[in-house]
Amino acid sequence: MKLQEYTESHHNFEECMKCTVCTAYCPVLQANPLYPGPKQAGPDGERLRLKDPYFFNQALKYCLNCKRCEVACPSGVNVADLIQSARIKYDHTPPKLRDRILASTDFMGKLARPFAPVVNGVTGLGVTKTVLDVTMKIDRHRTFPKYSGTSFEFWLKRRKKEQAAFPEQVAYFHGCYVNYNYPQLGKDLVKVLNALGVGVQLLDKEKCCGIALITNGMSAEARKHAIHNVAQLRQAVLDKGLKVVTTSSTCALTMRDEYPNLLGVDNADVRESLLLATRFIFEKLEKGATLKFKAGYHKKIAYHTPCHLEKMGWAIFSEKLLRMIPGVEFILLDSNCCGISGTYGFKKENYEVSQAIGEPLFAQIRSVNPDVVACDCETCKWQIEMSTGYTVMNPISILAEAIE
Amino acid sequence: MKFDSVIIGGGLSGMVAGITLQKAGQNTAIISTGQNALHFFSGSFESLKEPGQRILDLFAEAGVRLHYSPGLWLTPLGTFKESALSLEDIDLFPERKFARKVLIVNFLGYHDFFSSFLAEGLEKQGMSCRVRFLNLPELEKLEQSPSEMRSVQIARTMDRLWEKVVQEVRVLLKDEDAVVLPQVFGLQDTSVPGRIRQGIPARVIFAGTLPPSVPGIRTQILLKQRYQLLGGTYMMGDEVVRAHVHDGVVHSVATKNLDSHYLEAANFILSTGGYFSKGLISNPFQVYEPVFGLDVEYKEDRNQWYNPAFKEDQPYMHFGVKADENLRALQDGKPLQNLYVAGSVLGDTRPEFGTAAGQAIRTALHAADQILKK
Repeated sequence: MKLQEYTESHHNFEECMKCTVCTAYCPVLQANPLYPGPKQAGPDGERLRLKDPYFFNQALKYCLNCKRCEVACPSGVNVADLIQSARIKYDHTPPKLRDRILASTDFMGKLARPFAPVVNGVTGLGVTKTVLDVTMKIDRHRTFPKYSGTSFEFWLKRRKKEQAAFPEQVAYFHGCYVNYNYPQLGKDLVKVLNALGVGVQLLDKEKCCGIALITNGMSAEARKHAIHNVAQLRQAVLDKGLKVVTTSSTCALTMRDEYPNLLGVDNADVRESLLLATRFIFEKLEKGATLKFKAGYHKKIAYHTPCHLEKMGWAIFSEKLLRMIPGVEFILLDSNCCGISGTYGFKKENYEVSQAIGEPLFAQIRSVNPDVVACDCETCKWQIEMSTGYTVMNPISILAEAIE
Repeated sequence: MKFDSVIIGGGLSGMVAGITLQKAGQNTAIISTGQNALHFFSGSFESLKEPGQRILDLFAEAGVRLHYSPGLWLTPLGTFKESALSLEDIDLFPERKFARKVLIVNFLGYHDFFSSFLAEGLEKQGMSCRVRFLNLPELEKLEQSPSEMRSVQIARTMDRLWEKVVQEVRVLLKDEDAVVLPQVFGLQDTSVPGRIRQGIPARVIFAGTLPPSVPGIRTQILLKQRYQLLGGTYMMGDEVVRAHVHDGVVHSVATKNLDSHYLEAANFILSTGGYFSKGLISNPFQVYEPVFGLDVEYKEDRNQWYNPAFKEDQPYMHFGVKADENLRALQDGKPLQNLYVAGSVLGDTRPEFGTAAGQAIRTALHAADQILKK
């Protein structure tokens, strides 16, 4: 029936009670008056858009997809999914060259890796930043993550035999950041897991989880990545009986939740086997495994909960692990968005909003004055390091540093 | 994950129980399905007839100052309700006529504060009223999106702009002995309402707006911070989907976010709230409690659930989960050994603990005490 096409929503917008609680927790609304806010952009707007796509509002692009509206909603409405789905469904503006480049994290990584020293040198130059600012509208304040000369995949492949010798095995979805920019995090994970008697394997061939493609209006490409990655997960989980871990909260959220909810790619048979590494390690320790910590370790750690981890509700595992380390003074920072939201903060038009959103978090970090900020998200790391000067470490790297 | 106690529901009741247990040395977790009824809080605890130093202390330690002065509070519609305990910035009056002349001040373009209703209500009590609007250029930014000119957005700017409001009000003030302002002050900086009162040479009354409630959110933030500072684990945005109960004892609960990772505890508190928070659910046939399927006190005949006269006392508001004298939840007529019930999921079934926010606090303290006595 024709009518159904227009009156059916896959999201539960009708459960919105119009209580406006989500608007109190939207970080964008605090900084950008052009954004209509989660209630208006999500459930209210959905009702209108179903009647006539004319009501789609381009200002929905200001949504960070931080999902704090969903965390706050007392009625369980998938507000962020409503907004992102509407962008996928109604916004057919072709993405700009800049957005394509920012979104293609694994392609750019492949391209840059062989020339890492040159690329790092060039992207770090003031003149390059100015050129990118003017021509591409990539804000000049941003520092591009450095590329590593050796990929993590290459490093781990050389240790295949050694890893295969461990009695228990796990597959690692390392993501673009670990592979091309910061293999050390992957190496740290291998160290911690090996200490627990667990060997680390790669997936047969992983692709970028696709979050940057989704938020930059390239959902068709994102869907291809999703289909590919779910097939890879099935191979590991169903054929080999492995758990799959990641060290990036956003990769985990994307593959567990965005694939089925936004891209329509079913992952029900593997979803529960895809875990954040901190959860996997916590569960091992809970079942009796032990880690041997160094004597005399001392660190004051302020933990920042990334938005996507707040949404997943798994920050408790990272928190409990860090608290377990003898000699750690642990401070839980108030859960606030840092403002970068992946590629969002790199765009010139978003720079000021991005910094304004993050300011309460930066101010709290400065007042706590920790030795290090801990956080499970790579883009939060860039933002906090750039904006506060404090070093940010993944909890896995802290664990690796603290064990013998 | 193992805890001493797991509290299901993170509103006023859950946080009061959590703070009490943490302070007594327990390791607890609170699971909260989104934000809670404090976001609709009037700022006044309606039922408490006696001060209870313990309650004042618990809130003061969290940075929430309360005052005990039995009387009447001014509703957002210009009527009065009885109360005894309030947040510091919410006034309680010994009698309805609290001033001779009242200046009611609102912000231009802000529709969630009912200044004309207030004026009408106060004039009925013999106070002459004047309504004026402030046009602050700093708020024009908010007006670009009129649907978002809300209490909290204004409150965020008021932590910086309150002095300007004081100046403008002083200019407007003639011979009035009271000024009514919307409750949009002191969201982050709790000293702001007090400083406004010092700056205006008349009695300043902060009256309620449409939700979200700024004093309520402030209370939520401070109580949650206190709970976390005491080492409590607050899990926001998660939901208990299943409970594992054997032989009258709750062993663990499963949540939406943690799927197969169960939360185990020696004791559990159910403080999931009323109908709005889905602590109680009604359908055409029954009123039920969704997490444990506990016994619920309600009328069989659906026609007796409500009173067609909208403003009258509504029977469905009295329905709630059944509990024994120690607030242990009843399932099939028998108490579960380690599950306690607190807050509005009890409905008005336990008048001895008061109603509304007062009941939320008292049942929470009682439940926590039962656990600590064990």
